[in-house]
Amino acid sequence: MSVIPISYYLVLSAILFGLGAVAVVFKRNIITIFMAIELMLNAVNLAFVAFARAHGQLDGLVFVFFVIVVAAAEAAVGLAIVIMITHNRQSLNVERANLLKF
Amino acid sequence: MEFITQHPVLVVSLVKIAVLLFIVMTGLAYLTWFERKVVAHIQSRWGPYYVGAHGLLQPLADGVKFLFKEDMTPPTSDKLLYILAPFLALALALTAIALIPFGPPTIRVLGQPVFMISNLDIGLLFLFAITSIGVYGVALAGWSSNSKYPLLGGLRSSAQMISYEVSLTLSVVGVLLIAGTLNFNDIISGQTGYYLHFIPRWHVIPQLVGFLCYITAAIAETNRIPFDLPEAETELVAGFHTEYSSFKFAMFFMAEYANMITVSCLATILFFGGWLSPFPDSWTWQLYLPGAGLLLLGAYCAYDTVVNMRGLAKLQFMVVTMLCVGGGVITLIPAVAAVIRGPFWFTTKVIAFLFFYVWTRGTLPRFRYDQLMNFGWKLLLPVSLANLVITSFVMILPYLLRHG
Amino acid sequence: MTVPFLLFFICAFLAVLGAVLLIVAWEPIHSALALILVMMSLAVLYLLLGAEFIAAVQIIVYAGAIMVLFVFVIMLLNAGIEERTNWSQFAKVVGLPMGFFLLLATAHFLSRSAVGASIANGTGAVSNAGVSTRALSIALFRQYLFPFEATSILILIALLGALILARKDN
Repeated sequence: MSVIPISYYLVLSAILFGLGAVAVVFKRNIITIFMAIELMLNAVNLAFVAFARAHGQLDGLVFVFFVIVVAAAEAAVGLAIVIMITHNRQSLNVERANLLKF
Repeated sequence: MEFITQHPVLVVSLVKIAVLLFIVMTGLAYLTWFERKVVAHIQSRWGPYYVGAHGLLQPLADGVKFLFKEDMTPPTSDKLLYILAPFLALALALTAIALIPFGPPTIRVLGQPVFMISNLDIGLLFLFAITSIGVYGVALAGWSSNSKYPLLGGLRSSAQMISYEVSLTLSVVGVLLIAGTLNFNDIISGQTGYYLHFIPRWHVIPQLVGFLCYITAAIAETNRIPFDLPEAETELVAGFHTEYSSFKFAMFFMAEYANMITVSCLATILFFGGWLSPFPDSWTWQLYLPGAGLLLLGAYCAYDTVVNMRGLAKLQFMVVTMLCVGGGVITLIPAVAAVIRGPFWFTTKVIAFLFFYVWTRGTLPRFRYDQLMNFGWKLLLPVSLANLVITSFVMILPYLLRHG
Repeated sequence: MTVPFLLFFICAFLAVLGAVLLIVAWEPIHSALALILVMMSLAVLYLLLGAEFIAAVQIIVYAGAIMVLFVFVIMLLNAGIEERTNWSQFAKVVGLPMGFFLLLATAHFLSRSAVGASIANGTGAVSNAGVSTRALSIALFRQYLFPFEATSILILIALLGALILARKDN
């Protein structure tokens, strides 16, 4: 069995992070933007796990664990806020939530 | 021939998967027969009786019916999700069965253990992962049917499944604390030995509360009565699988029974010693129990053939009798009996659990949805948590007492 | 082309495909399914990297609970096809080329640094041994006990927050 160089995982992580950032900037639906943020968190997790294996330490894995937990908490509260915004603005389009725009 | 000896893992695994798939599919079909018979006898009637001898060909007739029914697809908004949902449900349900050990790992062919397809170090965790993904089959089925009742049924059913999943996982952690490992084989090996020389050291005895929480959460997780409001006929037509017909409906049906089998297998492995025998090893007569049981069954079938059966059913039941008697004679050979002992006890315990499942189905009324959610979050979850805390406290007590 | 390499490329392809589908899909539920595909392929990649517990946690928590929450919210809000608005001229003319230039500049500076050099040389290859769940849990409960308890309080706060926010005002 051969080994896979760590740079492969890092390149994949960078590509996923970039695609997530593009989605956050260009999408209109607030739930889709939220999902793109989760995609970016996943890309970061992959980088953490790859580095943890490269250095042979498990601190990276512990940090990934905490990132997943915090992402869960953030998703719960964020989606509750999304539901409230939708009830107020009657639309899922972020461009409609522009009351504070000057 | 050299291919087989050079790639033993691949060849043996493929054969095992094919055999297991065949056995599981046949088991699913006859589980429906078993359920209909047991519920019927609870309700003082006979159940399927005419299709084969004692209704034994009923599952075949049902299968043929499902295959030949008209396959209607409603003009939904989402063909992809509509077709994906039953496939996802069935694929996940069958994948979970690949993790389960049916017998001791010491019996090998070409160096590979015969009675398990995979021996993961995180087997239990992986099984829970598969169960969590199973929610999508239900949710997507409800959404893609593009109709009120399936959407409501799908939402309710998936909310119920994720609520009881937490209690399911927590009630098992007590067993994990005692066993110290997530590997199924090591959990079963930890249950060898006997209290007082004849009570087996199964995890159900120290973890009785955990076992009760597990079995309740498992019935709710698989959407069975008393927790099956989301798919009850009088409530939501048929819940999330209203708009499905013929083979896709059969796939949901099979997925539900496969989930039942998986949960029963998990209960036997975690709480009832898996493939271990309840009798001590010194009682050597227990090797002949499978053979004796099959011969008794064959005797009953012979009596029934002669006295009750007429015509074609008589011929069919004669075949069944001969199979039972032949199987009984084969399993009386000590070499075969030693090999068959593990799977025999495992299968017996799983069938006992399935009987319990069907028994509750025939006996209890169903919960209302808000009662169901109250029960899951306000009673079952605190009890599972309390079980976990008390178990960990009891396990650390000797250390605390010794070190002040 | 050994099995680990093949598996890596298949999973990497599926992950990137899922991310592209997330951007391109017209309905939010398809984006959610694409994200689930990304998460499952990342779980397989974690298994390849030997982090079996993290792979299981990824599937149980991320793909099996967080994404279920997303799917629920999409179903509850009945989110259909998104409205399509025209990109502003600014984004089309200035934005995309600037982003591409930014990417090139980042790659240039990274490759000049020490970290970049070691990555580009392919050193720091991952070995094949795995991290056992036992070792990870020992680290979690000894060195990282305080963050562990702090995140449990965080989850409690998030739970209360979600409950209060989503409650109907009577």
